[in-house]
Amino acid sequence: MNAKIDIALTLNGEAVTGRAEPRMLASDFIRDVLLMTGTHVGCEQGVCGACTIRFNGVVARSCLLFAAQLDGAVVETVESLGAPHDLNDIQKAFRKHHALQCGFCTPGFLMTVSEILQTLPLSTDHEIRDALSGNLCRCTGYEHIVRAVRDLVNQRDGVQA
Amino acid sequence: MNDAAIPKDTRSAPAPETSRPKYIGERVQRLEDPRLLTGTGRYTADIRFERMAHLAFVRSDQAHARILGIETDDAATFPGVIAVLTAQDFSEIPDLVAPSRMKNYHPTHCPVLARDTVRYVGEPVAVVVASDRYLAEDAANAIVVDYEPLGASSDPAAALLGDAVFLHDEVPGNLVLERSFATGDAGSAIAGAAHVVEGRFRLRRKSPMAMEPRAYVADYDRGRDALTLYGATQIPGVVRDELAKLLNIAGNRIRVIAPDVGGGFGGKGSLYPEEIIVAALARRLARPVKYVSDRLEDLTSTSQGFDEYVEARLAFDDDGMFIALDAEVIGDIGAYSIYPWTAALEPVQVASFLPGPYKTPHYRGRVRGVCTPKPPTGPYRGVGRPMAVFALERLVDMAAETLDMDRAEIRRRNLVQPDEFPHRIGSGIIWNHSGFTECLDAAVKAVDYSGFKERQLLALEQGRWIGLGIGSYAELTGIGSRIAVAPGMPINTGNETATVRIDATGAVIATFATASHGQSLETTLAQIVAEELGVRPQDVQIVQGDTGMTAHGTGTYASRSAVIGGGAAILTTRALLKKVKRVAGRLFDVDPDRVETGDGEIYVPGTNHRIGFDELARAVYSDMATLPLAARETLESQENYDPVLGTTTSSTHIAEVEIDPETLSIRLTRFVVAEDCGRMINPQVVDGQVHGGVVQGIGVALLEELEFDATGQLLSASLADYLIPTSAESPHIEVIHLETVLPDNPGGFRGMGEGGTIGAPAAIANAVADALAHLGIGISELPITPSKLHRLIAAKNLTKDRE
Repeated sequence: MNAKIDIALTLNGEAVTGRAEPRMLASDFIRDVLLMTGTHVGCEQGVCGACTIRFNGVVARSCLLFAAQLDGAVVETVESLGAPHDLNDIQKAFRKHHALQCGFCTPGFLMTVSEILQTLPLSTDHEIRDALSGNLCRCTGYEHIVRAVRDLVNQRDGVQA
Repeated sequence: MNDAAIPKDTRSAPAPETSRPKYIGERVQRLEDPRLLTGTGRYTADIRFERMAHLAFVRSDQAHARILGIETDDAATFPGVIAVLTAQDFSEIPDLVAPSRMKNYHPTHCPVLARDTVRYVGEPVAVVVASDRYLAEDAANAIVVDYEPLGASSDPAAALLGDAVFLHDEVPGNLVLERSFATGDAGSAIAGAAHVVEGRFRLRRKSPMAMEPRAYVADYDRGRDALTLYGATQIPGVVRDELAKLLNIAGNRIRVIAPDVGGGFGGKGSLYPEEIIVAALARRLARPVKYVSDRLEDLTSTSQGFDEYVEARLAFDDDGMFIALDAEVIGDIGAYSIYPWTAALEPVQVASFLPGPYKTPHYRGRVRGVCTPKPPTGPYRGVGRPMAVFALERLVDMAAETLDMDRAEIRRRNLVQPDEFPHRIGSGIIWNHSGFTECLDAAVKAVDYSGFKERQLLALEQGRWIGLGIGSYAELTGIGSRIAVAPGMPINTGNETATVRIDATGAVIATFATASHGQSLETTLAQIVAEELGVRPQDVQIVQGDTGMTAHGTGTYASRSAVIGGGAAILTTRALLKKVKRVAGRLFDVDPDRVETGDGEIYVPGTNHRIGFDELARAVYSDMATLPLAARETLESQENYDPVLGTTTSSTHIAEVEIDPETLSIRLTRFVVAEDCGRMINPQVVDGQVHGGVVQGIGVALLEELEFDATGQLLSASLADYLIPTSAESPHIEVIHLETVLPDNPGGFRGMGEGGTIGAPAAIANAVADALAHLGIGISELPITPSKLHRLIAAKNLTKDRE
């Protein structure tokens, strides 16, 4: 059970390899083996959403995946978005609307938002709240996160706020 | 403290009139955001060192039991295991004891690992050190602890009965503390009053539940005998001071750093056995040691909050004027009295804040803190006041109902009026001028208050149950050294020292002993320093949360950092600006008073004298020729600020709810906050604090409950069972800011980090009770959930049937 295996994947556009026990969680593998610590661990039960990544293009809880399942996969984490001096539009909207306080849940929210902007109409704030309800935040009360997403949806749809 | 007659603007010392850009009051984008948005923040769990060892704790699965034996031999042979330790291996570390000068208080003794007895499920009993966390947990699972159950009462009222099992030998009758407050003669006044309402109110135990679980990493420098502890803590200074004592290390050999911290809400505001063990083991093993708690550990071993019964009576006359309030408070403090706050912090504040923002001549309140076999309680956002406001505001609504009086009107009549400040309430707290009536009026005006009754009747005809509830409160924030946060506690939380310096490159560094964990202090303190000094906020580096940088300081909690830290920032930066002007005056050969600063430039208006801060720094530090020796002063200032007393923040919350008559689900349809937090440093940050606080208050009212069985086992020990609000349950929140008379402190700031959680539970409870008024059902316990509503309605129907 404890014999390590080789895992090769594409992480944020780069081909990487790492060794891990098959039982290791993908969240721990990304953080402790591949040393990308932007993905956070909040509950290890798939409830809080802090560890949300894109797994073969689809958002997934990295705490509910094993490292072994990442072999051959294309994975994107928060580090795939903009850089501190070159934020992407989602990050800029979060900053503009003060949609983060302690920042611990933020990487998970950013990954979720990156998907729902592509897949959902989000025509009402109610719909935005439903789409975000798989990510927990204890600081913001969600109000400013909803405003940031509303702003992004308006940009996407060419709607004047 | 008499603010009443003094007009606005003279209360706070205004900044000297200059043409310099204003940053205080602006929606400056946060300076901490770029790193937190890109995964480049550094939380404790992100920190790693070569040869780092990992800990896994074995925790008690019994609530109250004697430890008969711990079998560790097998575990010690597991792969990767470096050491397995139990209480006897830490015999040199004194027990954690929170002393207090308070009368009728019995401190408890909490060993870093349970010695002979465990007192709650989750208490650490043994620890495994291994090369990897997975291996450490494997070995921890192989440790067998033999327990003999000792029994105990999980219910605090039962724990006070004569035949109850004692949890601690040194706490007779499980009564950790008792305190009484009295003004006038509440008993006689109630006996003689025209009307009395009463209730037994219950708030269920909560978890602060920061998104980041507690985590600690210690790095030991053997050559220097120096220890650095990185920790997810709100109080690095308190941890450093106490660790120095417990581990017998000089303060200059131990440095406690709070790096990026993922929320606290009070849960990271106490000293924990795990951080002592991490520090002690790093030194003993001479290698870095890391411990990151998982969510189960966080829910069972991080301090919990709000667990009280309040039995209260409110007497009033035919005009609805309050005459007397009488209350018995029983606080379930859990197994230990937590360091540094003591178990008094939460329940005593319930009794001391219970009279609220109203003028009630007679008050008697008694509080008893009882130990039970549950995790220790500690600070949680709002501390005491959510329970006090819930109980009082329910009584106020019940009084209005008795007289068939409007609920806003009865509050308006009893609130301390603008010309009546300062006002001393029955527990001795003094309210200074704050917008009590103004907040109520603004909130009522924002909603369709007068039309609500009609909407409610119409909805009822359509089979929909809707309700509106008001929660008004006042709180003390930015508390100075004369009022302890908790009575007689062992630390001074009432002051803050700031150091602001301009380095040799002309860059500005401002150092504080605060420890931001989401409060945006890197931005708001920078706004203050920037405005006062004449630079831009992004040019100010805020250093905090690092005991290596400050002599003393306690951290960030209790809505203190903007008021006290901000006050220190203003005093210190003004002192530094004097030096800047003195040096520049010398350089320009003008009177220093003629020198102005702004946006990073130092100049004399109407002349061509204009230099940057870098040029000033070069002249002072590096260029030996420009200034004579006597004029080369250090561009650094340090000032301490102690507000001595506190400042009063006030607010009214209004909630509207709709209850589905079939499923009994409770939906918030509107939420309005009108609050007076004085002068805002950054309105967007203020809004964010209010929103977050309100949603935690929604959790208090509708969702969150740490449910224990009769033996002290936690039944809601995961985030699938302990439900915090998601975006779907959270309503849009409207915030109205009022700035009435500014408080008497350097910035005119009032603390506002906790208020959202204080007002929301009461407003929601009153709204739910209003929606159920046609059934004659009151709300006396929170959280109120669909299943509890079902039981209330079923019980009511049963009573009706009997009648």
